[in-house]
Amino acid sequence: MDALLYSIPISLLLGGIGLAAFWWSIKNRQYDDPKGDAERILSDEFDDRPKQD
Amino acid sequence: MTVSPAPSRSVDEFEDEHVSASACPACIAAPSAEQMAKSGDIRGARIMLSLPTAHCAVCITDVERELMKQPGVKSARVNLTLKRASVDAESDVEAANLISALDRIGYEAHELDPGMLSATEADKRGRDLLMRIGVAGFAMMNIMMLSVAVWSGAEDTTRDLFHWISAAIAIPTTIFAAQPFFANAWAALRGGRLGMDVPISLAILLALGISLFETMHSGSHAYFEAATMLTFFLLVGRYLDYRTRAVARSAAEELAALEVPRATVLREGAEVVVPVGELVPGDLIRVRPGGRIPADGEVIEGHSESDRSVLTGESLPVQVAPGMVLSAGEVNLTGPLTIRVTAAGKDSSLHRMADLVAMAESAKTKYTSLAERAARLYAPIVHLLSFAAFCSWAWITGGDFRLAVNISAAVLIITCPCALGLAVPAVVTAASGKLFRKGLLIKDGTALERLAEVDTVVFDKTGTLTMGAPRPQNLSALSAEALSVAMALAEGSAHPLARALHDVALGQGAAPAILEDLREVPGYGVEGRWQGQTVRLGRANWIGAEDGATTATHLRIGNGAPIAITFADSLRPGAEEAVAGLKAQGKQVWLVSGDVEGAVSELAARLGIENYRSGALPLEKAQLVNDLTHEGHRVLMVGDGLNDTAALAAAHVSVSPASALDAARTASDIVLLGKELAPVADAASIAVRARRRIKENFGISIVYNIIAVPLALVGLATPLMAALAMSASSITVSLNSLRLR
Repeated sequence: MDALLYSIPISLLLGGIGLAAFWWSIKNRQYDDPKGDAERILSDEFDDRPKQD
Repeated sequence: MTVSPAPSRSVDEFEDEHVSASACPACIAAPSAEQMAKSGDIRGARIMLSLPTAHCAVCITDVERELMKQPGVKSARVNLTLKRASVDAESDVEAANLISALDRIGYEAHELDPGMLSATEADKRGRDLLMRIGVAGFAMMNIMMLSVAVWSGAEDTTRDLFHWISAAIAIPTTIFAAQPFFANAWAALRGGRLGMDVPISLAILLALGISLFETMHSGSHAYFEAATMLTFFLLVGRYLDYRTRAVARSAAEELAALEVPRATVLREGAEVVVPVGELVPGDLIRVRPGGRIPADGEVIEGHSESDRSVLTGESLPVQVAPGMVLSAGEVNLTGPLTIRVTAAGKDSSLHRMADLVAMAESAKTKYTSLAERAARLYAPIVHLLSFAAFCSWAWITGGDFRLAVNISAAVLIITCPCALGLAVPAVVTAASGKLFRKGLLIKDGTALERLAEVDTVVFDKTGTLTMGAPRPQNLSALSAEALSVAMALAEGSAHPLARALHDVALGQGAAPAILEDLREVPGYGVEGRWQGQTVRLGRANWIGAEDGATTATHLRIGNGAPIAITFADSLRPGAEEAVAGLKAQGKQVWLVSGDVEGAVSELAARLGIENYRSGALPLEKAQLVNDLTHEGHRVLMVGDGLNDTAALAAAHVSVSPASALDAARTASDIVLLGKELAPVADAASIAVRARRRIKENFGISIVYNIIAVPLALVGLATPLMAALAMSASSITVSLNSLRLR
């Protein structure tokens, strides 16, 4: 049963990381244009570098 | 190409700072410098365009590339989900130029007011709900992992440990994630109602309470995973529901953003632009050619022609001279007019029309959606069942309240409306997404259900079945010389007939002749000199020709015989398919118009519509809709003009094209974003299929309950069963809804 001492915290930690990633993606508005993003990946025009203002 | 979302996002991130401020108290002190730096780069104008026809990767690149080519445009980004483009540009860039640039490469675009749209874009509530879904999902999966261990045989201290860990995850999760339900339930209870949220909150709280109690006493059953799972699935339903509403709301805003009503008033000799609401009787207003008349009034000065098709449905322009009375909503065509306002605001004919709409809407009985009907039936049944289970078990066991509470909680948990909560929103989301891709915006949540019940369709003519734009019919009868003269004359006027003549001639490859002394005689036509002869294009009586029955303009070269160029309104693309499609679905189709008998009967014959009415006044249109309703028909009204608004409001459900007037779009439930009319027929069939799916979904959740509830009542339900029933029913319902796509 010692394995539980490691595995439970690890599983919670992994879940927590997933939750944090989800939180980040919402904050960064990754779901604003799902359809557009799906199509953009097919476009041949790349913006290699971040836009310089 | 470097198309970047960054500049257009700075506004939104700005708002995010406010949201996150409370999470990080230290940030409140010093974010201002950063915010100022960010707001600095949005100094130019932000233009929002609606792109109803954009649908693929090529569209994105085409539109963005074309917009970037325009002078002054800093960046452009297309949002395909919302079918919008946001453009950052210098403040002197006109949206109209961008729209015509897009039109040249074949994309229809409309300007939107970014101020009106900002509310939907900073979609805080939606993201808040998503966050709760995420937390509930995380908790659900982790607890489920522990529960699986318990179900597969963990015992004694291990089981208790697992239950305690589950409790530690489940309690904070539910407190955070289930807040929307608690808040709604509390509001419902305080209002003395019993909504869907009361049984939901009760089930969640009971499940948590019982499980905590059992855990403390080393009991074998804990419902922590059921509590979080309930929260998760119900939140998903709530989120889908919210999305539909948000789309409907943003549709309404998008429409409001399309038109800004203003009037030019002459005050002490100077022209001042004021909102239409500030006009008072006695004001002198100027209306330029092409402008809409903002208030009822009498013409003081100027000759012109007026297009009153939106008011009456007449396709022929009316001649205007001083002393004539015009109504708000007419479009001034050829010459500038000065008008003395006789009635503004409440007394204007425009406002009387709005009153008519309000009356029709209040007379309409409130529609009870399928979801409301289900909830009304569901809540009392569940409470009664659970309470009955508690009483009878307490009585049977002679006062074993622990067991009785356990069983009544199990009944509540198992009957909890996971599938019921998803049944409607999942279908509506799938259906409205499908309709949106076809170019239809649903403005009202229940419009889809109402559309499914329609058996009679009433169409307006001008501007709905037709484009409301005339096209010359007999240009081929003209000699090349006459055509080039006519074309040159047409160039001198903004009259729709002249514009149409010019555009079609240009399309046929004709070149305009060279004229001298070209001048427009407002209200009559255009005159010029060609090779020493006077040439005229315009009204029959001005030219010296006989006025025919059809819409026509007349050309006379020198003393030659006048030549009539006849016009006909062009059919809206997809009109034939729409009518044929609706008839194929067994719906009765009507055509009702304010136009003259000849034009209406000709169109009816062309489209194969048997029932038509011509010369109908606005009230008569509404009356026809009411009569049909009284005969037991459910009427779908499709119209665009002010004269249709009362009928649109009176109908069971209504559709208007995006080109329609504000009032008409406000009165209707569904808006056609593109030029095509064909999606109307598709919408009707999709609505019928959507309603069938909703009913199937109700069926599925009832079947699950019929199997599970008796087991729960006799005390055989276990947490494993509850979890299985809940997830299986939710997933089947979602999959069933997805079949609609």
